[in-house]
Amino acid sequence: MPADPFVTAPPALLTTSDGRPLKAALAQAQGRARRRAFLLVAPLLAFVIFTFVLPIAQMLQRSVYHDGFSANAPAVRAWFAATVPGTPPDETAFAALAQDFRQMKADKTAGLAGTRVNYTLPESRSLFTATARKADDLAPPYRDAFLAISAKWASPAVWQAMRSAASPYTSDFYLIATDFERADDGTPRRVQENQRIYVYLFVKTFVLSGVITLLCLLLAFPVAHLLATLPMARANLLMILVLLPFWTSLLVRTSSWIVMLQGQGVVNDLLVATGVVDDQNRLEMMYNQLGTIIVMTHILLPFMILPLYSVMKVIPPSYARAARSLGATSWTTFRRIYLPQTLPGIGAGAILVFILAVGYYITPALVGGADGQLISNLIDFHMDKSNWSLAAALSAMLLAGVLVIYWLYDRLVGIDNLKFG
Amino acid sequence: MALTARNDAFVAFDGVQKSYDGETLVVKDLNLHIAKGEFLTMLGPSGSGKTTCLMMLAGFETATNGEIRLDGRPINQVPPHKRGIGMVFQNYALFPHMTVGENLSFPLEVRGMGKEERQTRIARALDMVQMGAFAARRPAQLSGGQQQRVALARALVFDPELVLMDEPLGALDKQLREHMQFEIKHLHESLGITVVYVTHDQGEALTMSDRIAVFNDGRIQQLAPPSDLYERPDNSFVAGFIGENNRLTGTVEDIAGGRALVRLATGELIDATPVNVSRKGQPTLVSIRPERVEYKPEALPEGAHTLDAEVLEFIYMGDIFRTRLRVAGSEDFVIKSRNTAGQRMLRPGEKIRIGWAPQDARALDPA
Ligand SMILES: Nc1ncnc2c1ncn2[C@@H]1O[C@H](COP(=O)(O)OP(=O)(O)OP(=O)(O)O)[C@@H](O)[C@H]1O
Ligand SMILES: [Mg+2]
Repeated sequence: MPADPFVTAPPALLTTSDGRPLKAALAQAQGRARRRAFLLVAPLLAFVIFTFVLPIAQMLQRSVYHDGFSANAPAVRAWFAATVPGTPPDETAFAALAQDFRQMKADKTAGLAGTRVNYTLPESRSLFTATARKADDLAPPYRDAFLAISAKWASPAVWQAMRSAASPYTSDFYLIATDFERADDGTPRRVQENQRIYVYLFVKTFVLSGVITLLCLLLAFPVAHLLATLPMARANLLMILVLLPFWTSLLVRTSSWIVMLQGQGVVNDLLVATGVVDDQNRLEMMYNQLGTIIVMTHILLPFMILPLYSVMKVIPPSYARAARSLGATSWTTFRRIYLPQTLPGIGAGAILVFILAVGYYITPALVGGADGQLISNLIDFHMDKSNWSLAAALSAMLLAGVLVIYWLYDRLVGIDNLKFG
Repeated sequence: MALTARNDAFVAFDGVQKSYDGETLVVKDLNLHIAKGEFLTMLGPSGSGKTTCLMMLAGFETATNGEIRLDGRPINQVPPHKRGIGMVFQNYALFPHMTVGENLSFPLEVRGMGKEERQTRIARALDMVQMGAFAARRPAQLSGGQQQRVALARALVFDPELVLMDEPLGALDKQLREHMQFEIKHLHESLGITVVYVTHDQGEALTMSDRIAVFNDGRIQQLAPPSDLYERPDNSFVAGFIGENNRLTGTVEDIAGGRALVRLATGELIDATPVNVSRKGQPTLVSIRPERVEYKPEALPEGAHTLDAEVLEFIYMGDIFRTRLRVAGSEDFVIKSRNTAGQRMLRPGEKIRIGWAPQDARALDPA
């Protein structure tokens, strides 16, 4: 029996001829080369840190931080700090609030503060702006003055909301992003059924991305196989066709799909002209989920083809031949020999397409209509309305979702089983 | 060709031609009959069509013309997986995502064999190549020689009657290659299988084969047992391809009684056995093996013609001496002599006379 080549004796501590430990000498010899290598990647490292790591860190911070109230209401904040939660507001509390409102009116920041409280307790923003308008008229006794402006100032819920907004750090945005709200006593509870949108959108985003990934895989597999087996000249031509979408603007590609698929579009016209559907019942393939799926599948297809191709190209044809000579039918050969060897490409392509699809924005925005919108469209919506913290919380959850998928993949398939090109 | 009854050939190529591009014939009119249990080697230079022939037999290429029969049945239309032919590839083609055991199990599974029988067969096949302890390893964790053995076991595990091997030892080092040659030969004998073996290593072909088919340019140049091939090459290609030989060109001066007298371009006369020449005046190439050339006058046959020679180089190689001579204007005439007791070592510059028995010199076509 040949000796097992994988079992070696543990190495003894070696020294160089001048007596230094071999490890130290090696480290010294490699140190220079390593420093030089570091200098080469330093610009990229700096670029990545400033343009990627820092913004993401800032986004994560924003998702739990909002100082709209705490920065503009220092006096009330001091009162909250001095009292235990649940303390009913006394005259000093209202006096502090009046002082803050006068300042907010001068600084025009009442809306900002109200916005923050509004996240915790809806309709608080209008209360704040209305009160700030009359801030100059506030005079002792303050409690009555506030109640004269709005009876809501007596509500414990308002004071509970302000107390929680008095700290700039909060988990409220994550509550909102998972369809929860705070009850009057501050405990989280789910919002009413007809107001739940975020969880549904998250689920829809992940399901649609899964469908798109699957469609991409089904379409890309034969193309990649063809690319890998065709003679060079024709494979190059096909490769150009695959890459062509990369050379056209995303907007152009999406618009051309609109031209193709809309009610009066090319496909419908053709179907009507050939009598497959009649003029009244034109297919609705645009501005809905179907449109989002079709167009995104097309746009993301190259990201599936390329990793698959790079894996298939290096699978020698002799494996298939060996399997055939061993008695396997062509289907068995495909299923048991070829397919398993393409797994690293399938994995890489699927992860790439899925992660891109989960965060995709432009295409659903353009062709999604009402029910083809994904979570990124909602993030955009909140960013438009300057709800930065809520947008950040949604984004962070999206990021977490992607990381979970990545982790699952690692557990099931193994990340080292991934080949991107 | 030397087979007795053509119809009981186990493998038969009849008038097979193959073209890949419709312009050139890669295999031109191949006629080859292989007996059951025979070890037949296809030997030839690169690009001579050996692999193509093997691929047609295995079913991965279709013959452009002609018929291939296996055990009497034409197999041109039989798909590869129904031919039941074991095959060993040059790069082994072990499935990288399966362990050694799973690799061997694969041909048995696709034949619908039960688990228990599979286990016994796998164990037997692995033991046959001394790889019994490696069933759980992946191919990537094996050395080249070990992968080779596994590939061999996989090709044999389903008991094929015919095994094709395309340069199976090409990637191994010399020592391992020689060892594996012996093992393959041993397996062939003990299992009684028919082997068609492709190589371009003539030493390998000579030591292993029952018969060797020398390929060149899409044709079989000679099909013969190793000793015939070496000692009685049919044409100048085979003479030049197999072993070392000395070539002298000339014209036939006289031909009679199985002897030819050849006049060399420089005017000397030599004796030879006519092979591809039949009449006076024909140009010819005379081929003589280096070890059949004599330079001790007493060892030369009675009345043999001799040639003047000058020693150019003497190389001591241990068991043999290799001497390069200038003979009849050529400077690469080589003789080999065994290092026997009392053998004389020639010195460069020495003038000697050389000769040979007429049956050791073959007058071939002047290619
Ligand atoms: N798939 C193919 N398409 C076109 N031409 C081919 C193909 N395979 C082989 N050929 C050509 O056919 C000829 C014979 O090739 P083959 O592989 O049979 O040679 P070989 O004798 O096995 O050579 P080697 O010793 O190098 O393996 C070569 O000229 C080769 O270029
Ligand atoms: Mg070959």
